[in-house]
Amino acid sequence: MSNEATLHGHPEVVTTHDAHHDEHGVHHHKETFITKYVFSQDHKMISKQFLITGMIWAIIGGLMSVLFRLQLGYPDAHFQFLEDLLGSKWAKGGQIQPEFYYALVTMHGTILVFFVLTGGLSGTFANFLIPLQIGARDMASPLMNMLSYWFFLLSSVIMFCSLFVETGPASGGWTTYPPLSALGDASDGSKTGMDLWIVAMAMFVVSSLLGNLNYISTILNLRTKGMSMTRLPLTVWALFFTAILGVLSFPVLLSGLILLLFDRHAGTSFYLSDIFIASTQKALPNEGGSAILYQHLFWFLGHPEVYIIILPAMGLVSEVMSINARKPIFGYMAMVGSMFAIAILAFLVWAHHMFVTGLNPFLGSVFVLLTLLIAVPSAIKVFNWLTTLWRGNIRFTPAMLFAIGFVSTFISGGLTGIFLGNSTLDISLHDTYFVIAHFHIVMGVSGILGMFAGIYHWFPKMYGRYMNNTLAYIHFWVTLIGAYLIFWPMHYEGLAGMPRRYMDYSNWVQFNQFGGLNQFISTVAIITFAVQLLFVFNFFYSIFKGRRVMSRNPWNATTLEWTAPIRPGHGNWPGEIPEVHRWPYDYAKDGADFIPQTEPLGSHESAH
Amino acid sequence: MAQAIPAGQKWWSGGKSPFNVEYGKLMMWYFLMSDAFTFGAFLISYGSIRFASNGWPDPNEVFRAFPFAPESLHLPLVFVSLMTFILIASSVTMVLAVAAGHNRDQKKVTMYMIFTIIGGILFLSCQAWEWTHLHGEGAWWGRNPFPNADGSKASTNFTNFFFTITGFHGFHVFSGVVINIIMLIKNLRGDFEKRGHYLMIEKAGLYWHFVDLVWVFVFTCFYLL
Repeated sequence: MSNEATLHGHPEVVTTHDAHHDEHGVHHHKETFITKYVFSQDHKMISKQFLITGMIWAIIGGLMSVLFRLQLGYPDAHFQFLEDLLGSKWAKGGQIQPEFYYALVTMHGTILVFFVLTGGLSGTFANFLIPLQIGARDMASPLMNMLSYWFFLLSSVIMFCSLFVETGPASGGWTTYPPLSALGDASDGSKTGMDLWIVAMAMFVVSSLLGNLNYISTILNLRTKGMSMTRLPLTVWALFFTAILGVLSFPVLLSGLILLLFDRHAGTSFYLSDIFIASTQKALPNEGGSAILYQHLFWFLGHPEVYIIILPAMGLVSEVMSINARKPIFGYMAMVGSMFAIAILAFLVWAHHMFVTGLNPFLGSVFVLLTLLIAVPSAIKVFNWLTTLWRGNIRFTPAMLFAIGFVSTFISGGLTGIFLGNSTLDISLHDTYFVIAHFHIVMGVSGILGMFAGIYHWFPKMYGRYMNNTLAYIHFWVTLIGAYLIFWPMHYEGLAGMPRRYMDYSNWVQFNQFGGLNQFISTVAIITFAVQLLFVFNFFYSIFKGRRVMSRNPWNATTLEWTAPIRPGHGNWPGEIPEVHRWPYDYAKDGADFIPQTEPLGSHESAH
Repeated sequence: MAQAIPAGQKWWSGGKSPFNVEYGKLMMWYFLMSDAFTFGAFLISYGSIRFASNGWPDPNEVFRAFPFAPESLHLPLVFVSLMTFILIASSVTMVLAVAAGHNRDQKKVTMYMIFTIIGGILFLSCQAWEWTHLHGEGAWWGRNPFPNADGSKASTNFTNFFFTITGFHGFHVFSGVVINIIMLIKNLRGDFEKRGHYLMIEKAGLYWHFVDLVWVFVFTCFYLL
């Protein structure tokens, strides 16, 4: 079977597909509401499904943080509306109860890390951009792509249901360490909620596997003529490394969770040994297991996971930044190389989450070295973004502002990573607000800023309309300033030793000084959350009422997605797929503002 | 997939598959890498717990029974060797099925797929017998009747890991048998002949060999070490 025939996916499907295109130029599916919006196999629709599901999750997860910030800022106050809203079990007398507080922080972490910044971010942009930017009609396997979304939705539904079970959702922290997570008797949150958490995460792993296999094989196999790997936009490179990280790290989490499930229900002792439960006054027979084993398995996923979050954001930012600085990205190969280095190092640093578990100090020092090595590719990338901006002809579109904001938070959050990567400093800094501040800025805020940059930038391609700029600028400035005002003070709290995961610091003399600061953080958090609703409004309003996009290439960009029709059908390009003749960053070259990738090299022009 | 490759072909310049394979095979390879990490995580967990334990049961003592043989007969690892032989033999027939597919010999594909399926079912049956036997001796998740090799009382983790990992592997074999049966049916219906190639058989073969390869590691870790 020849290469040509294998190129476009299923051999048996391809013949009809291609014939179709040649005859009519465009795709004429018989589309019903169900096939177009629900069980769609079009990568663009699947991407929107991921995006909107992710947005719903972001609102839920963000609202949870508002609730626990209320508690942290005003531990003595009685908010009657909380009891009215949540019932007397969770918010007795208008005060958040301890079990509920832990459920809130656990689910906030789970939702934001997995459902928003992994499913929502990669799911949206890998689906949307990979086929459009490499010049493919769709993913290699549209069916698997659809299944990937449906497993994601199934996982979402299960996780969402867990919020409503009588004993509450999982509440042992988003890392769900045993023995707490393995013993239903140990806390309410370790009962049914924990089982649902495990099942939902297993479905999530399936979804991510189906999606990632597709992304990888699409990028490798379906690039259009002339689209060599070094002509790929950096977004595609970033999504490629992200997919590989996902394929190799999520299965380890799955193994860890299977063992956890056995510990919970089959009487095994993989993670359990020598345990006495106070609530039931019982000594457990379990012997020989190791709770640390779970931490190794979890963080073997958990660390690559943070790069699964940040790499797509990096890719989106690189692309947005080059387009809006009207300059080629600085150091294209260095960007690819540093992403490759990050992808490799991602697998070699997991134990830096475990410095204080009793890890052998010698082993710890190896992990310190490897962890600090990540500073090198990260710094290369930051340098390249700054030099891309340098003397650029910058257009401050909302997407560009978010991209610049990303670089800002990535620097300030990344620098504290150097503190935490040292096992000696980690002895005093671990499990304090310093850690909270670090990972929220470098991963949470940066990830979401990158995602916003992507949404604002590609919204015209997704819906054929623009988002409202005024609302976008308000959204940006309040979000960026708000994020810094929330997380910057947490560094000071952390350096003063304030531990994370406590619901009330007021009866702790040492931390009384932070009472006012905590109120301040909570107030800013509520404002920042409210502004996100402004974004949500802008998003949905603009889908229906936004200013129409009138030209194919509104940003004057070089990449292939802007050569497709304003509202591309299934198949993306009517007629032939465009051929590529140059790299994606020919901005301000030879006096031209930009030269699309489809333009052949001129006779006096040399390839990049 | 054999085809003439023109000299000086630029494989990575787009418009073609750089490895000259269609996407399904590429996906299968990546899936197998992913699955290797699943099994790797299990086996490394097993290794680390075993290493941290004071003692471990002697496999020669645990796995010494054979169907229909009297209890007094000591046949250490004989039964599991037979199981392993069956599985490896089924891998051989799978290779022959793939080779027959290359030659577009529908009848031979059918024959060797049937052999492979029989091998898989035999292996699963053997595993079922072994599990039943061990269960009869009192072994299960959370229960371990076998003492450590030095005679001291063992933790339950020997059986915990044994049932979890061989169970997970058995589940893979089961899925493989189901896949192979589907391939057999498609072949009997002449689907591959109509399509002009037997790529699906090749992909099923990749999975089957992977499952066999994993068994080699599982076998080594639980029965030999």
